[in-house]
Amino acid sequence: MSVLVDDDTRVVVQGITGGEGKFHAEQMIEYGTNVVAGAVPGKGGQEVAGVPVYDTVHEAVRREDADASVVFVPPAFAGDALFEALDTSLDLVVAITEGIPTQDMARVNRRLSETDTHLVGPNCPGVITPGAAKLGILPGNIFSAGNVGLVSRSGTLTYQVVDNLSNRGIGQTTAIGIGGDPIIGTSFVDALELFEADEETEAVAMCGEIGGEDEEQAAKYIAREMDTPVAAFIAGRTAPPGKRMGHAGAIVSGSGTGTAESKINALNDAGVPVGATLEEVADHIEGFL
Amino acid sequence: MRLHEYQAKGVFSDAGIPTPDSRLATSVDEVVDAGDDLGYPVAVKAQVHVGGRGKAGGIEIATNGEELREAAESILGMDLKGYHVDRVLVEAAVDFVDELYLGVTMDRSEGEPVAMVSSEGGVDIETVAEETPDAIAREHVDPAFGMHPYQARKAVYDAGIDGDVASDVSSVLSTLYDLWADSDASEAEINPLMVTDGGEVVAADAVMNVDDDALFRQPDLAEMEEESYSDDLERKAGEYGFDYVRLSGNVGIIGNGAGLVMATLDLVDHYGGAPANFLDIGGGAKAERVANALDMVFADDNVDSVVFNIFGGITRGDEVARGINEALSQFDEIPKPVVVRLAGTNASEGMEILDTELVQVERTLEEAVQRAVANAEEVNS
Repeated sequence: MSVLVDDDTRVVVQGITGGEGKFHAEQMIEYGTNVVAGAVPGKGGQEVAGVPVYDTVHEAVRREDADASVVFVPPAFAGDALFEALDTSLDLVVAITEGIPTQDMARVNRRLSETDTHLVGPNCPGVITPGAAKLGILPGNIFSAGNVGLVSRSGTLTYQVVDNLSNRGIGQTTAIGIGGDPIIGTSFVDALELFEADEETEAVAMCGEIGGEDEEQAAKYIAREMDTPVAAFIAGRTAPPGKRMGHAGAIVSGSGTGTAESKINALNDAGVPVGATLEEVADHIEGFL
Repeated sequence: MRLHEYQAKGVFSDAGIPTPDSRLATSVDEVVDAGDDLGYPVAVKAQVHVGGRGKAGGIEIATNGEELREAAESILGMDLKGYHVDRVLVEAAVDFVDELYLGVTMDRSEGEPVAMVSSEGGVDIETVAEETPDAIAREHVDPAFGMHPYQARKAVYDAGIDGDVASDVSSVLSTLYDLWADSDASEAEINPLMVTDGGEVVAADAVMNVDDDALFRQPDLAEMEEESYSDDLERKAGEYGFDYVRLSGNVGIIGNGAGLVMATLDLVDHYGGAPANFLDIGGGAKAERVANALDMVFADDNVDSVVFNIFGGITRGDEVARGINEALSQFDEIPKPVVVRLAGTNASEGMEILDTELVQVERTLEEAVQRAVANAEEVNS
């Protein structure tokens, strides 16, 4: 079992004619993902990476029976591309694009709340079920199939944790990079709910960072609803207050919320061990299995 | 992108929000002329991107020309929390009976805009939010519809503002929301909105931050960008387009992805070192960008050793390795020891290219960080 994606997921790549879109469509296909179409306005009728390109997502879905999309559309047009994806009632939309205006995402988020679609991202590395399918830019070779779920706000941190797990022979059910933007679709809580419901996921590794309150909310959810054990890592313990560390989300306000300390405390209170290093997270996960 | 007060006031005023008469001045004489022009008393306000200007001596009130000259002489040219003051706003002081707070921002936990009103304006609103959260009325706004007039009224009445002034304040709040939405602002704030004896409202301060990601469709605002940096390194980072934060330690850190770079900082600290900086080269960096990153970190005198931590996804290890070789080949002698750790996409290709005469290579993150910390200790022993 897995969450969000599996062997049967039929993927349309929005923005497949662009440099990143094409490169990663090829990588996804090589990994074994069932990429069935591309969608780019004005490029209908072409073929890229061996799949047909349609002018609209609607047409791609109708003709190829797609049920998921992955978005490589430039930021200025990405908001519209997400509205288009949501309008076709896909099960899953993964938005890789970095730099989508926040107000666009607020409107997308508003529309999302009226649908049954799972949106992952934006500004995220994507979703992968090792050995079955990957939607996004994650390097497939570091992942291995197994029984640990992974959810992370940071792309490269996801890779580092997976690498640590895979090196110990611990495989993953699904890894979800939820992205570090201020407004995202799938939250920690949403991802944890999916893993809790998945019978094969025996433990979950969660990577958070300073900024926002998503980790604190996740801690409450874990304490209240979860039987599956969770181990966490929080990046940014040494970050000075008031400075923005890359991600829009990774800022410490200095007023006590959103700090590494408040997140670590909330998680500890929920019974979640928080590793001081990434290797310690892997130690905890190993202990759970 | 943060606008200076005088710029934000211009934007607010154009949208129909009343602001005091004011002039921008860059010399003492210009300040005094502006004062004579506006009539006394006037406020002189440093135009720099730092919070708490008033407390730091960046705002003064003058009641005559002599006081104004003194105020201008003390503020112009001063160093305000690391920023040089080269411009001031000279503004007619407002006689007020009440000070209110109005603000619009994005509530990230709700994923929705929120408008805020408080009758306790003129003070540090973060403190109010922390100590007496009920003193701030909050109204969430559906971004698909914008703020309905009733919502503006509700927020104002909830904040305990009533009487004749309530409708004017509601109208300012509606305008503030609309301009926040239309300008892709992340934050638009009036603190204080002064209420005069005659019942008029005037925005005595103006704060506006614009979403950098939306500047492509806000050309008028993008043109106002006046970056100011507290030091040359930050200026350099701005020019190179890096996410960079200078810290107080001596281990320089370069990596890809905010989360991984922060984790590297934390690990340096964990192994007893002290991070000198946060530097994220971002996703998909090409060789030149990698070389620029090394140039930046070498330029920091506090740095005694450097650790390069790359986990390739969209970034490719061979590109990174080329960039490192390129940057280091310019030196007869490498100024500071560099430890490199490459993993992920094309990491093995990168390791083959990497000139190991120039850098130290470690296989794991832990080993790389420990070696960099040891290198820094050696320099200081």
